[in-house]
Amino acid sequence: MNQKTLFDKIWDAHRVHSIDDGPDVLYIDRHYIHEVTSPQAFRGLEERGITVFRPSLTLATADHNTPTIDQHLPIKEELSRIQVDKLKENCSRHGIELFGLGHNNNGIVHVIGPELGYTRPGMTIVCGDSHTSTHGAFGTVAFGIGTSEVEMVLATQCILQTRPKTMRITVDGALGKAVTSKDIIMHIIALLSTGGATGYFVEYSGPAIMALSMESRMTICNMSIEMGARGGLIAPDETTFSYLKNTKYYSVNSEFENDLKKWKDLITDSGASFDKEITISAESVRPMISYGTNPGMAVAIESSIPETEGMNNHDEENYVKALSYMGFRPGMKLEGHPVDYVFLGSCTNGRIEDFRAFASVVKGRKKADNVTALLVPGSKLVEEQVKKEGLLRILHDAGFELRQPGCSSCLAMNEDKIPAGRYAVSTSNRNFEGRQGPGARTLLASPLTAAASAVTGRITDPRTL
Amino acid sequence: MAKEKLNLLESTCVPLPVENVDTDQIIPARFLSSTSREGFGDNLFRDWRFDHEGRPLEGFILNNKKYSGKILVAGKNFGCGSSREHAVWAVYDYGFRVVISSFFADIFRNNALNNGLLPLILPEHEVQNLMTLVTAAPETTVKINVMERKIEIPSSGKSFTFEINPYKQECLIYGLDDIDYLINMRGRISDFEKKRGGLR
Ligand code: SF4
Repeated sequence: MNQKTLFDKIWDAHRVHSIDDGPDVLYIDRHYIHEVTSPQAFRGLEERGITVFRPSLTLATADHNTPTIDQHLPIKEELSRIQVDKLKENCSRHGIELFGLGHNNNGIVHVIGPELGYTRPGMTIVCGDSHTSTHGAFGTVAFGIGTSEVEMVLATQCILQTRPKTMRITVDGALGKAVTSKDIIMHIIALLSTGGATGYFVEYSGPAIMALSMESRMTICNMSIEMGARGGLIAPDETTFSYLKNTKYYSVNSEFENDLKKWKDLITDSGASFDKEITISAESVRPMISYGTNPGMAVAIESSIPETEGMNNHDEENYVKALSYMGFRPGMKLEGHPVDYVFLGSCTNGRIEDFRAFASVVKGRKKADNVTALLVPGSKLVEEQVKKEGLLRILHDAGFELRQPGCSSCLAMNEDKIPAGRYAVSTSNRNFEGRQGPGARTLLASPLTAAASAVTGRITDPRTL
Repeated sequence: MAKEKLNLLESTCVPLPVENVDTDQIIPARFLSSTSREGFGDNLFRDWRFDHEGRPLEGFILNNKKYSGKILVAGKNFGCGSSREHAVWAVYDYGFRVVISSFFADIFRNNALNNGLLPLILPEHEVQNLMTLVTAAPETTVKINVMERKIEIPSSGKSFTFEINPYKQECLIYGLDDIDYLINMRGRISDFEKKRGGLR
């Protein structure tokens, strides 16, 4: 009867206390912070006259509003500069390690945590950012929190959380040509809708998931939040262990072999039950693209935008409003539609594998003249690796430039904004109105689809190139 | 730190019949570059409320003088998207104390409760009824009693009970805060760390 899910094992091992009729007090192993959602938390500590409880368990980076060119110069935008300076000041005052702008380890928080070896199986991980779910790819319970909760973790290394329900999504079979993990997760979100997994913590499993690289697994877990899930995780296996062994901080750390023994138990027991189970087949997944203003509004790239038949008035009104923001009509075909911008980057698809995929498509081809491309590595290490592997050459030859790391056009807090009314094929995770700049029109897709569209100047199925 | 207490409230409502209102609409990212919690109300629903030159857009409900109050009645899946607590600060700073919807995104709901904003869940058709009612009759008041978990619409004689976690209910009524609770547990937390063999 003691069969447990992986989620339950990790949660239970971190429960300090359960409040009667209330949430659990959950201990946090790793806390990531960045410049945008932390200043108010530090201010809260100061107002209470307390210091950070376990500074060595928090790691900081500047990523959300940082520029992606000329990072050696002072940040032009005043408020952004103040936030980045404030982070520096808070970290030094409280003894928190900071990989700030210009540091060799700098980058998007969900890219650097894993690649540096800070994210490890069995941990609880939080960050004031909803895409903290990314770290679940390593078999962790990782989720986004608000600033009040950032303050709680700084103050006590714990937060109060109501235990979510559990869901398992099994992906059977194998992926077809030019179909990626981004397409799997977009397929799932389109199936469940943006609120379809609210209240759940999702475990992804099945042969198609376990066949994926760590980078691809992160892409899946990353977008769990886009269907409302509290987080997503994947049981660690040999792929996970060998990835970790090669990370910067683990390779200098002899604990690895010891930790490895503990990790073997991090699986869902065979008889454990979930509150909800879904199975899909990888063969049914096609390259996906979004057409609306939330990530659930996505279709296989060869399909047309759904018609309004069968919708009630209220839904139809919402639907048509979203399409009119996008400049689309029901029934319209997406393939071949002109594209103005292409964005490769973000914590969803800004890793080395994504740059390899993009380069593999544009190699020997040329960027279309009507396309402005923003290629933004997720971190300094990714940027270095792109150069080391010779990908930069390929990109340059095809007419692309590489920018410096950061969140960039994913949320357009810095200057990397898509102008109003323009279409951007984007490898990021959100297509909300104005997400990439006021009036910007986002088409979410995989790095392969982004690359194919960048060389043709139109929405292009990567299988056709 | 003590928050403003919330127990009894009677107010008119502002109807916002839009589904999946995401946090980028509630407060666009370009307004997040502040290091304080105050002042976000000015940019609440910024891109629906103002044109790009900052002129109020007539069609948007917050610009319609007929509607005002401390209660926002919203479509389902309110607050989806990012974890930015700025969204809650904006809603609160604008003057709302309660958001009524049939469904809230998890992080938004947590953030709201941590800031004394009540995310009140009613069945979908009741939210729709209320939406229709207050849209047609903006003077309609709604009474909320957190202690009794009761919401009442005097003009239609309707009342419902709503669910709220008892711990969170107490926090709202007394203006208490999770952080105070946790700080008092620091000793136990240290014991927990020792038991599991130190920090990871
Ligand atoms: S890349 Fe985008 S989604 Fe990821 S942390 Fe940055 S802003 Fe958030």
